[in-house]
Amino acid sequence: MHSSWWLTFLILVPFVGAIGAALVRKVEGRAYVVGIGTSAIELILSVVVACLYNDHIAKAQTFDFATRHVLSAPFGLAYDVSIDGISLLMVVLTALTVLLALLGARDRRQEPAFVAWMLLLTCFTMGSFLSHDLLEFFVFFELTLVPCYFIISQWGGKERAKAALKFFIYTFTGSAFLFVGILYLAFQYQHQNPNSALTFSYSALSSTAMSHGTAVWLFIAFAIAFAVKAPIWPFHTWSPITYAEAPTAGSIEMSALLAKLGTYGLLRFAVGLFPLALVSMRPVILTLAVIGIIYGSMLACTTPDLKRFVAYSSLAQMGFITLGVMSGSTIGTVGAVLLMFNHGVITIGFFLIIGFIEKRRGSILIKDFQGLQGPAPVMAALFTVVMLASIGLPGLSGFVSEYLILIGTFATHTWWAVVATTGVLASALYLLWAYQRVFHGRAEGANAEITDATTSEKWVLVPVVVLIIVLGVFPKPVLDRITPSVHQLIAHVAPAGLNK
Amino acid sequence: MKLVIPSIHYLAILPVLIFFGAALALVLASALARGKVPLVVATSTVIAAATASIVVNFWQWRCVAKAGASVTIAHAIVLDDFSVVASGVIALSVIMTALVAHDWAIRERVSGVEFHILALASSAGALLMTQANDLIVIFLGLEILSIGLYVLVAFDRHRTTSLEAALKYFLLGGFASAIFIYGAALVYGATGSTNLTTISYFLGSNVLLRPGLLYAGGALLLVGFAFKIAAVPFHLWSPDVYEGAPTPVTGLMASIVKVGAFAALIRVLISALGTQLDTWRPILWILIVLTTVIGASLAVVQRNVKRMLAYSSINHAGFILLGVWAGTIRGTAAALFYIITYAPIVVATFAVVTLIGGVGDEHHSIERYQGLARRQPWLGGALAVLLLSQLGVPLTTGFYAKFTVLASVVDAGGGELALIALISAAIAAFFYLRWAMALYSDDGLEAARVVVPRPTAVVIGFGVLVTLVFGIWPGPLATLAQHATVLFTP
Repeated sequence: MHSSWWLTFLILVPFVGAIGAALVRKVEGRAYVVGIGTSAIELILSVVVACLYNDHIAKAQTFDFATRHVLSAPFGLAYDVSIDGISLLMVVLTALTVLLALLGARDRRQEPAFVAWMLLLTCFTMGSFLSHDLLEFFVFFELTLVPCYFIISQWGGKERAKAALKFFIYTFTGSAFLFVGILYLAFQYQHQNPNSALTFSYSALSSTAMSHGTAVWLFIAFAIAFAVKAPIWPFHTWSPITYAEAPTAGSIEMSALLAKLGTYGLLRFAVGLFPLALVSMRPVILTLAVIGIIYGSMLACTTPDLKRFVAYSSLAQMGFITLGVMSGSTIGTVGAVLLMFNHGVITIGFFLIIGFIEKRRGSILIKDFQGLQGPAPVMAALFTVVMLASIGLPGLSGFVSEYLILIGTFATHTWWAVVATTGVLASALYLLWAYQRVFHGRAEGANAEITDATTSEKWVLVPVVVLIIVLGVFPKPVLDRITPSVHQLIAHVAPAGLNK
Repeated sequence: MKLVIPSIHYLAILPVLIFFGAALALVLASALARGKVPLVVATSTVIAAATASIVVNFWQWRCVAKAGASVTIAHAIVLDDFSVVASGVIALSVIMTALVAHDWAIRERVSGVEFHILALASSAGALLMTQANDLIVIFLGLEILSIGLYVLVAFDRHRTTSLEAALKYFLLGGFASAIFIYGAALVYGATGSTNLTTISYFLGSNVLLRPGLLYAGGALLLVGFAFKIAAVPFHLWSPDVYEGAPTPVTGLMASIVKVGAFAALIRVLISALGTQLDTWRPILWILIVLTTVIGASLAVVQRNVKRMLAYSSINHAGFILLGVWAGTIRGTAAALFYIITYAPIVVATFAVVTLIGGVGDEHHSIERYQGLARRQPWLGGALAVLLLSQLGVPLTTGFYAKFTVLASVVDAGGGELALIALISAAIAAFFYLRWAMALYSDDGLEAARVVVPRPTAVVIGFGVLVTLVFGIWPGPLATLAQHATVLFTP
């Protein structure tokens, strides 16, 4: 067991950084340095935690760095953090996302506030992934809304007010269901154990006995909140406008990172806590996931602007993740966890490149572009790598995860996997078509004068490309960390729900 | 016939006496003094009286800890932790309002001490309500509280809206009082007493074969309370009155009326009629659904921030009622916790609204707030925090307030009710956020800076401090609320 201080630092460092960025606001550009420094430290910390976690697996205890302090007994409020193979990847992704978002999508308007909000968002997201207590998770989960709201509403595009409000109300309503569900579960537990104080501890609540009906209702309540966050069809309608109107860094944070909070919550809490509900709810959620894959792919073909394009392709990808999460097979779930990370990295790449193009041309409408690969060959090449990873080309990261998801789901829910496979083809269709429209052809007018990626822009994308290739060729170290935790989770829920 | 004077435990009624005494002293001073009594003297008197009352509250708390809860004056007044805490909250709200009203009076050139006299008298009524153990005493407190407020609402006598609001409040309030006292009469007819303890004992040891009279009486009492706390469908007066009243008075109303009325409501429903839980719960259920949902929905369409806050306070009243609905000790503690945290926030919010209202107290459209946080980061930021707290964002007391009431409701088996209330909170989020967004908008940067006098700044700062400090560390307040309600037996 490692010291929990590592995890506490992971939460505290960005918080302190945010305060620091606010304090140095008088000096031009100083806040940005603080932001980069903080997120670099955060990334190093998270990688160290990821490496330390490794030798722990041998001891077959899947939760590491754990600690629990009750903060307020009447509320059942506790500080309870720990980490396993599933949250581990998310922690690294959190730190990586904020660093790349700050580096690649710098926004100079009121920079100190922007940096402070970004770091606060990192702090809260980190807290959500590290929480091992349902109330604590909910607090962090809700708190992520505030920085997001301010980032969209102050640094977004023309329709930013509408987008921010829509995003907040949607997610807040979803959380209402989650909150009532958590309270209900906690009291169910307390009524069964009259001598214990009110507690929201994950390990305690996972032992709550409940009827099938109760489990189904609680599962639905939890699933609604996470389906809105992810988003899963048909709860996705906030996401295209929000991704399109948010500043690039905000889009990156939301689609690469906060969306994962939805699927992570679905796996950890909805699946992990209510195994009884899975028998009846699995087909429902799987169907929604498959619809999301098809629907997202179709809309990605027709959408007029690049950010919405990524939003819809993300909807399809989130469909794949949901498919794996709900597949009930260890392989499929491992694939889903891996895809959460890979999709995060790929989306960072997409949004960064779109941000670069937007900065040069002031537009994200697909019809405004033509033949960009002539004047900007490096940018086109980088886009190609990211795109091919998203399509799932063997040898790149997307392939490994999608492949695992599909074979896992095929073993347990054959027909859903069969239909979902068409989504892989569809992704090739919409991505290649979009590439064709933007980068192919002859560049004229403003398109011909576009400049290629600058040195710093290239360097920001290097980690993305490296991760795409490394995880495509050699995912073993990562898979080794995920698998035992997933296996334990599936073994916990399997007796009730798995037929194969 | 010989009149027997009951024994009086003076410590129990000391806060009420202090408030009345201070009001009386100000009346005498203004009558006897040559020229006018300076505003500073009046404000300091109010603050001194309220501070003294809080000190007495500490003393009472120790007394209760040592000797337990007690009743006095022929069982009509009760001294327990619940009343002590509620009185403390009222006194605190009075201090905050006095500071805001001080600056407001200077700005509006209101001279004279009438405002403070009326505020003191009204608060004395609210204090009486928190301690009342008899329907008649509740009525007495209610009337003292209301009559002062009727006048206070009309205080901006040059403004028609103020007069209109006062008249509306007076007529409807008088009507509600009549309904309340009629209900008390019917309950007396059914149980043979107006004393809450006796009623509770009577209902606990007898079975009413024809409970119709009791039900009718209880329903009328509930209507009277619902009017005072502005629960839908008895809320129609509140937006107009909130809008028309001078803003510091609105702040006072939103805090002390809620504290007093809820304290009395909890005593009546939980202590006296606790045995009839199954009867009043369904009624309260409907009342809560209407109050939370309609309060939040109607707030969304408002452009005037005072009307918006009126509807928001209706929504909050619905949330406090949730704790009452639970009918358990947990629920009562939750309702009390909600009241404790809500009062300072709402007074501080109205303090900001008072400042922005400008001379004449007339500029309350939401456009007025555009870019405020850009021009004056501290003032705008403080308002943003207060709004987020009312919205119920974690790390503010608003979150824990909602959390405790919802927890008590879910504990008592009302999952659907909790869900409906929470969805109303999501609707309410819409207007809190629209307001918060206006604060940070790029428009209105050239508007004039608002002068923030020191006393008002202290009030706003205090509100923000309370919501943030106890938002991160809610333990002490929760323990306080729990302690205060231990003796309530449903």
